Amino acid sequence: MGKRLSIDELNQKANELRKDVIGMLNAAGSGHTAGSLDLADIFTALYFDILKFDPQNPDWSDRDIFVLSNGHTVPIQYAAMAEAGFFEKSELNTLRKLGSRLQGHPERVKLPGIENTSGPLGSGLSQAAGAAYVIQYLDKNKHRFVYTVMGDGELDEGNIWEAAMFAGKNKLSQLIAFIDRNNIQIDGTTEEVMPLESLKNKWESFGWFVIEIDGHNIQSIIDAVNMAKAITNKPCVIIAYTIAGKGVDFMEYDYKWHGIAPNDDQASDALLQLNDVVEEEI
Amino acid sequence: MSQYPLNPKLFDDDVEQEPIRNGFGRGLKRAGEEDERVVALCADLTESTQIEPFKNAFPDRFVEIGVAEQNLVTVASGMAMAGKIPFASSYAAFSPGRNWEQIKTTIAINEQPVKVIGAHAGVSVGPDGATHQMLEDIALMRSMPNMIVIVPGDGLEAEKAALLAAKNNKPTYIRLNRPKVPIFSTKESPFEIGKAYILRDGRDVSLFGTGTLTYQLLAAAKILSSLGVEAEVVHVPTIKPLDESVILDSARRTGRAVSAEEAQIAGGLGGAIAELLSEKMPTPLMRIGINDRYGESGEPDQLFEHFGFNGDSMAQKVVNFVRNTAQYHRYY
Repeated sequence: MGKRLSIDELNQKANELRKDVIGMLNAAGSGHTAGSLDLADIFTALYFDILKFDPQNPDWSDRDIFVLSNGHTVPIQYAAMAEAGFFEKSELNTLRKLGSRLQGHPERVKLPGIENTSGPLGSGLSQAAGAAYVIQYLDKNKHRFVYTVMGDGELDEGNIWEAAMFAGKNKLSQLIAFIDRNNIQIDGTTEEVMPLESLKNKWESFGWFVIEIDGHNIQSIIDAVNMAKAITNKPCVIIAYTIAGKGVDFMEYDYKWHGIAPNDDQASDALLQLNDVVEEEI
Repeated sequence: MSQYPLNPKLFDDDVEQEPIRNGFGRGLKRAGEEDERVVALCADLTESTQIEPFKNAFPDRFVEIGVAEQNLVTVASGMAMAGKIPFASSYAAFSPGRNWEQIKTTIAINEQPVKVIGAHAGVSVGPDGATHQMLEDIALMRSMPNMIVIVPGDGLEAEKAALLAAKNNKPTYIRLNRPKVPIFSTKESPFEIGKAYILRDGRDVSLFGTGTLTYQLLAAAKILSSLGVEAEVVHVPTIKPLDESVILDSARRTGRAVSAEEAQIAGGLGGAIAELLSEKMPTPLMRIGINDRYGESGEPDQLFEHFGFNGDSMAQKVVNFVRNTAQYHRYY
């Protein structure tokens, strides 16, 4: 990777990725908007500061491994991968279309750079833990880290807590998990559907080191990962408080945007707002 | 003509017997010796699913998961993502019984070379009863694209299956049974994934068996011969991919087909052969297995008698089938 980007440059990139997400979901006519937008800052930090990878050699044996657990938010990952050079940006508009490598939910065998097939919720943490176990105990490689992003709604799944126990037992210190704490899921808010709080206490009691951050503050995201890397006797979970639909006022905080795509008018409005952000901030 | 070397003591009282799972345990340990990428995971059943020999030989490459079958296969998927060849073991009732979706998404669609080991399958697990007698696993796994499905017939074959599964670079399900059963094969007997084997030649009916019932079909064929019916016995240890040519050639020669398995005939070996024959060469077929019901408690030999799985019960069924069914091969 080239020189490190400044926080201003990273913020600008996050805004570009949000615009890509709006464009690709509008072109697709379906998809998951809220989570894809609210994860833009975390994906920007991951792909343009934190993760070690080579887009020309996606199987590079020294790469970090990134596992997307809540596969429905993959539009933001596709946008970040295109921006990082895994494929041409023009391919983003094939999302969800027949024959596309950009499936509605990510498929490893279709798109180089995707590490795991996901969609059905609750399995990503286990896969990340399995990879982290290999790297820590079998390969004994201290220089590779395994990252995963989970949604908060998917924490309803028992599989997640099986993985949390496993990672805690094995002190998987090279495993760094993000929770996208946007408080929404399909049927409503997380606390109405199936309360998750106290989330920090839950993870701590499973043997994890917990860091809580503003998931839209890229400096905080980078700092949290650096802190997580310094914790060498526990897995770390970063609870990132986010605003569902972040960046587009009529989508923010509204669980109804979990699983729908913007139509042409809504996409135009959204892009106008996102363009304004650029003019204000830069 | 059958070239398959059968155990010369096949019908002797002192024929060697062992649990099929024990052969698997030997094979897994050997696979571990041959390839250090082989790792094993188990969901709190390390001794009974015969992961123990591997664990003792390679303690660092064994991962205890606890009673968490969803985590078992998804952690295995993650270990495969990091370059390992994981064998993930539990009872078939729980894996793939409980974690089928995780196997589909994170192993089969994902094309990771994880080996799902379903032990204690079938009614032969015995007194534990219906909840632990996995009968639907063949149907569940056979319907999953990218998945290889192997049902070894004895311990020697299970040993070979474990060794070959470690090398096939594909998602693979291996179904194992609990009780001691006779060894019908020999060390020299062939075993390849995807092949069926003619164990005995016959002209009147083809008996297609898998797992524990292949030996019982050999016993049935001996009885049938004394009744004037010459049965061809075909062992089908790989349910998927099915060895279509061996099965069709045999059915063409004999004009009648019987399938036998310790599993639901709907979607099982019986289902697979019914699909094959009805599409490519309609042939009268009788399916022996479990027909749309659950098992129940009892000793394995009692249950085999109860469900008509031992040689003499199957011979009686086959005699009636042969007497009441015209051979169709003259039409092909």
